Amino acid sequence: MALLPPPENWDKEKPSKDEKTWVYIALLSCLFMFFWMIGWHIFGKQNTSFVSYKVNPMEFFQLYNSFVEKYKIGEKNGTPVVKPPPESDVILLARMWSWSPILVLEKDKWYTFHISSLDLQHGFSLQPVNMNFQVIPGYDHVLKFKPTKEGEYSIICNEFCGIGHHLMIGKVIVIAEGETPEKYLGEIKTEKNDFAEKGYFNQAGKINPE
Amino acid sequence: MFRKCDITGFEVDKRGEALIKVNAVFAVIFFLVAIIAAFFLVLTRHPTIHLLPPHLYYRFLTLHGWNALLFWIIFFEIAGLYFGSTVVLNSRFSSPPLGWLAFFLMLGGALLINYTILQGKADVLFTSYPPLKAHWLYYLGVLLFAIGALLGVILFFANLVVAKREGKWERSLPLFTFGLLTAAIIAVVTLVSGAIIFIPTFLWSLGIIDKVDPENYRIIFWGVGHPAQQINLAAMISAWYLISYLSVGGITPSEKISRLAFLLYIFFINLASAHHLLVDPAVSPAWKVFNTSYAMYLAVLGSMIHAYAIPASVELAQRKRGYRGIFAWLAKAPWGNPAFSAMFISLVGFGFIGGVTGVMIGKEQTNIIHHNTLAVPGHFKGTVVIGTTLAFMGATYYLIPLIFRRKIVLYSLAKVQPWLFGLGIAILAISMLALGYLGVPRRHYDILFSNAPFKHEFNPAMWFFWTLFVIGGVSAVLGALLWILIVVLSVFFGPKLKGPEDMQIPIVLPPQEEKKNPSHSSILCPGTLTLIFIFFVWFMTYFFLNWKWLSATWYVK
Ligand SMILES: [Cu+2]
Repeated sequence: MALLPPPENWDKEKPSKDEKTWVYIALLSCLFMFFWMIGWHIFGKQNTSFVSYKVNPMEFFQLYNSFVEKYKIGEKNGTPVVKPPPESDVILLARMWSWSPILVLEKDKWYTFHISSLDLQHGFSLQPVNMNFQVIPGYDHVLKFKPTKEGEYSIICNEFCGIGHHLMIGKVIVIAEGETPEKYLGEIKTEKNDFAEKGYFNQAGKINPE
Repeated sequence: MFRKCDITGFEVDKRGEALIKVNAVFAVIFFLVAIIAAFFLVLTRHPTIHLLPPHLYYRFLTLHGWNALLFWIIFFEIAGLYFGSTVVLNSRFSSPPLGWLAFFLMLGGALLINYTILQGKADVLFTSYPPLKAHWLYYLGVLLFAIGALLGVILFFANLVVAKREGKWERSLPLFTFGLLTAAIIAVVTLVSGAIIFIPTFLWSLGIIDKVDPENYRIIFWGVGHPAQQINLAAMISAWYLISYLSVGGITPSEKISRLAFLLYIFFINLASAHHLLVDPAVSPAWKVFNTSYAMYLAVLGSMIHAYAIPASVELAQRKRGYRGIFAWLAKAPWGNPAFSAMFISLVGFGFIGGVTGVMIGKEQTNIIHHNTLAVPGHFKGTVVIGTTLAFMGATYYLIPLIFRRKIVLYSLAKVQPWLFGLGIAILAISMLALGYLGVPRRHYDILFSNAPFKHEFNPAMWFFWTLFVIGGVSAVLGALLWILIVVLSVFFGPKLKGPEDMQIPIVLPPQEEKKNPSHSSILCPGTLTLIFIFFVWFMTYFFLNWKWLSATWYVK
């Protein structure tokens, strides 16, 4: 009786058989759903990461610079194209409003991604497989990925990061062993393959994008 | 000080009634702001219509979030809390001056927030994740609003204490008020979290402190943001019980189990901050699994209990009136009563769309294929809009004659309104969920990437869902505007209600108790049991589909 006080003995009344049955079914399905999540950590292939580090954006930027310098194979639309060896660490940098570098990965090999931001929060959204992770400045989000299919993938940003948010898009190319990424990217060769992006931070360590 | 209601027989404290009215009226005004913004948003998100330029899109999105999710709902809930703690108990309002103070604090905060947003000084979206920074007036507005709302909730408790002391209730509260008590307890935890995180953020915006850690902000912010939705959940369910009682004389099959379900909310639902951090760095999977499931889904259990108890209350009352067969009780339900139809659409929509998708988005691993995609707002269109908002719309059809003492203007349109709004939102929510599964991000101006350095093409099936999105969105906007029109015309210009003979929607008393006590070995509600079984099959189907979709992605650990 929603608007009036309940009957005197409401806490002694026995619930009906159908309601009781439903409560038990509901409870069992709740427990089942809970233990399923734990089970997926043991048997499933898609789980979130146990590892992340605090990182200073400036340090992360240096990591990025040396990573790109080491493995760069070309450039596309002004973004370096990088092919790290399988099983290695991969640095992916988010900032307003780009993802870099463009990564060339081999199918069925594990890579340890380190994803962080230099400025605001961003959203790592890998399409079309539709895998989404949060990217937060000051935190190195460590995720081990194994691409399962060849092809061209996009990383779009799905956390609002200012007026240019919808321009923020990067690429990941997955190839079979021994193949080259030109099939997806077209010409990527540049005259000089050395790389060092400078001037993003001023001397005080503050961001200075120009 | 009191007037005796000639329809319900309640003793109504006029000072409390004035506060109920003013909070309800401002709820509707802020709802109008939210709906105008929503209209532009629907027509901007469609990738080829693009009504607004980017900066206005993000600005309107911020405006829509605050007005729809916070101002409309919380002003209405404060009105509901005052109603449940004074009118329903025949009791007086503990301190009307403080009630007005709470109102003006909330109003001031809301106006400040809307002003800074419209000035373009707070294009930070509802979540305002640092280091994204808004003007300090914005954070001041948030604090004022939260303090005002907290004061309102405290007055609800004070009203209960006064009523108890003056002998208006003894051992147990009515179920409706008990549900509101649940909402109020959750609200205290929520609003205190709000103060904890917005005070340093406010100081940061003034330059007094240097930095707000973005991850700490997320953890505590979602201690406000998510439980705020659980306040809405508890308030919505209270409104369902209320409408079932008023429209068919429905009484819950078991007071004990319904109250237990509310208790489960109080104990477990505040863990849900984790829902927004499932793919974050800095929190471990063990923490995620425990918190996201509200400790083994015990709050979900609460919702599943109510999902049974509400239709069962209708079925029981109808059966006592002699409707036999599995679904005669439902077919012969008062569908011409807009409060009843709003309640039932709200119940079905919330369960089948909002609840089921919420569980799957909120699972640690399947969150990977949902986080920040359009499926997330699709989900909460299915909870807070088709659920809470529509339930509140339904309750208003009783509020107008009983509290505002007016007849409902355009009554024949009022009968259509819940369908127009409810079906519109259902279509909108389903299309957003489908687009989310195709990877379309939320809060994104241009998914065709027209001016971006690289292109990405989503699955072309999206165009079908974008069309549905516009159809659903526009119908929902029309349904909402129609409701606002009916409410405003009735409250300010409607014919005065002279007495019970002027009631357009009846208050139906519970049917006479059957002589023989119903036996506990037989099935009381075969219709509800069938409905809940259909729901359960859908729930489990959706559960396994999601794991199938997840398992098709790359490996990640
Ligand atoms: Cu971004």
